[in-house]
Amino acid sequence: MIRFEPRSNPGPFLVYGVPILAATIAILLAAIPLALAGAPIIQAYGLMISGAFGSVFSTSEMLTRATPLILTGLAAAIAFRAKLWNIGAEGQLYMGAMAAVAVGSGVIDGPSWVMIPVVIIAGMAAGALMLIGPTLLKTRLGVDEVVTTLLLNFIVLLFVQMMLEGALKDPMSMGWPQSEPIIDSAAFPALLDRMRVHIGLLIALVSAVALAIFVKRTVWGFEIRAVGENAAAARFSGISVTKTMILVAALSGGLAGLAGVSEVAGTRGYLATDLSPGYGYAGIVVAMLARLSPIGVIASALFVASVFVGADSMSRAIGVSSYLADLIVAMALLCVLIGGFLTRFRVHFDRKSAQG
Amino acid sequence: MEIIDILLAASFWEAAIRIATPLIFGVLGALICERAGVLNLGIEGIFTAGAMAGWMAVWLGAGLWGGVLVAALAGGFFGLIHAILTVPLGLSQHVSGIGVTLLATSLSYFTYRTALPDVSSPPRIEPFRPLDIPFLSDLPFIGQALFSQTAMTMLALVLVFVTGWVLYRTPLGLAIRAVGDNPSSVEAQGLSVYGLRIGAVVVGSSLMALGGAFLTMSAFDAFFFGMINGRGWVCIALTVFASWRPGKALIGALLFGAFDAFQVRLQTEVGAFLPSQVFLMMPYILSIIALIVVARKADYPKALLVPWFKGQR
Repeated sequence: MIRFEPRSNPGPFLVYGVPILAATIAILLAAIPLALAGAPIIQAYGLMISGAFGSVFSTSEMLTRATPLILTGLAAAIAFRAKLWNIGAEGQLYMGAMAAVAVGSGVIDGPSWVMIPVVIIAGMAAGALMLIGPTLLKTRLGVDEVVTTLLLNFIVLLFVQMMLEGALKDPMSMGWPQSEPIIDSAAFPALLDRMRVHIGLLIALVSAVALAIFVKRTVWGFEIRAVGENAAAARFSGISVTKTMILVAALSGGLAGLAGVSEVAGTRGYLATDLSPGYGYAGIVVAMLARLSPIGVIASALFVASVFVGADSMSRAIGVSSYLADLIVAMALLCVLIGGFLTRFRVHFDRKSAQG
Repeated sequence: MEIIDILLAASFWEAAIRIATPLIFGVLGALICERAGVLNLGIEGIFTAGAMAGWMAVWLGAGLWGGVLVAALAGGFFGLIHAILTVPLGLSQHVSGIGVTLLATSLSYFTYRTALPDVSSPPRIEPFRPLDIPFLSDLPFIGQALFSQTAMTMLALVLVFVTGWVLYRTPLGLAIRAVGDNPSSVEAQGLSVYGLRIGAVVVGSSLMALGGAFLTMSAFDAFFFGMINGRGWVCIALTVFASWRPGKALIGALLFGAFDAFQVRLQTEVGAFLPSQVFLMMPYILSIIALIVVARKADYPKALLVPWFKGQR
């Protein structure tokens, strides 16, 4: 007979060790699909590591990939803290990217210190609005936000496609559905010469620290945590749950929108429908691996980005499908979920069946 | 008057029922899980897994019904993962479901790519053929609309009645419904809450996988990346719309199929005036509208999303 007994106070070893252990187990489990695919396992792991960390270039690529993941990870972390199940970061990211392109590809111009904040604000506002809608439907009418945010991802992607074939189409793109490029004054400058990593990374890191301080040290942050832990009790103690939910929606949607801005203005330079390979969904994994801690999001985004970049490079070298990366990330999510359980409960194996 | 012509054509209803079929499987699966108190957001990935596994089994030489069985087993496998995480361990049903979707999708894609490393056009199988039932298939209108569907559509329709019968006419169904409303009362009866919930999630997930298998083995004859395209999420919305009743699930799926078939036909009539994406958005917008319409009076199973632990009062 197995019994679970709640732990009162999980120690630091469990709190930090469990996510690391979960990530490690996910990586090790990848040996099974690698073996089934007939790949040389040791060599494959070596290629993954060198693909993510082997040179300045590969590390720059990894950091470039981590940038949107930090932002979508933060978006999921803050929403899940308040138990607002925002699964729509992918759509919010695209809306943010589209807003950035709408104002940042030549309609207005100015010096960089004006244009960069302008595209950021436009993108964050668009992302925030994308989530405030479903949140109002939830608080006012009781419509489940999980399904609405999920379905909006598909609607937004079709909307982006439509705009790229219409109003936002680049007349110089030779028929490819893509937007006009972001103008130089609105583009995020690179951090290193001839490398892709850009100031979006710094913006993401600052966002993480700011969010951590906001959640821990401000009244609003306290209210968000209170609503997440027990909405009824929070309401009873005079916190407006609706207002808090809308604040969370604005932050979460805004951060996902910022990820989109960073991708168009920093990494890609223009908008296309393949801007994001699922950063919105991967953000959920990033947030869960970080146990919804904003600072932890940085570490777990770096992990997920290395898996993606490493697996891509391994895949090119020995021809194993790069879907291996998605597989590792999915397994990491399930492992950390189970790990979270072991953090909260002590498992007892009894000889005799306990009568409940 | 073109609209009337569209609605009266047997080919229109044939398409509507065909589009509804995977949704019928999916909504039945989702409602069985939710009636037992477990939200299964693994549905999108389970659709993908069912589509891939069923197709691949046939491609490797199994018979069509063998493929259906393999798809159901694949769905049951991922359902079991979700069930273990959410029932005895009581973990977040939202996060576990998303995790199962990510796992099932990436595993399906990885397997497909590994088995078929560099094919430019996806290989095809010989899918289920439209039925040719003596007399019935020759009836005017309904013969074409209903009795010339494939065997999988017939299976879906039969399963609507089977699910309704089990849920409302058998002690097992009573127990499943009770475990989603008041699990402690079920335990007081001496029944296993865990067993009922895990069983319901595994069976429900198998049905979801059949929805995916229908796509690769009946509606089409090949597997494509991204072919599920949100159908699973649509099913979750339709389940609420159907207020967790198999009969209403059938009606909801048919309405949805009719609307989808209608917009495709409308597109050929007025497509010149509107971008094609507007029409493609319709199913998702419709699902959201359906949710809003029923939100006020939606009667969620009372213990949905609420973990229950043995020995808890």
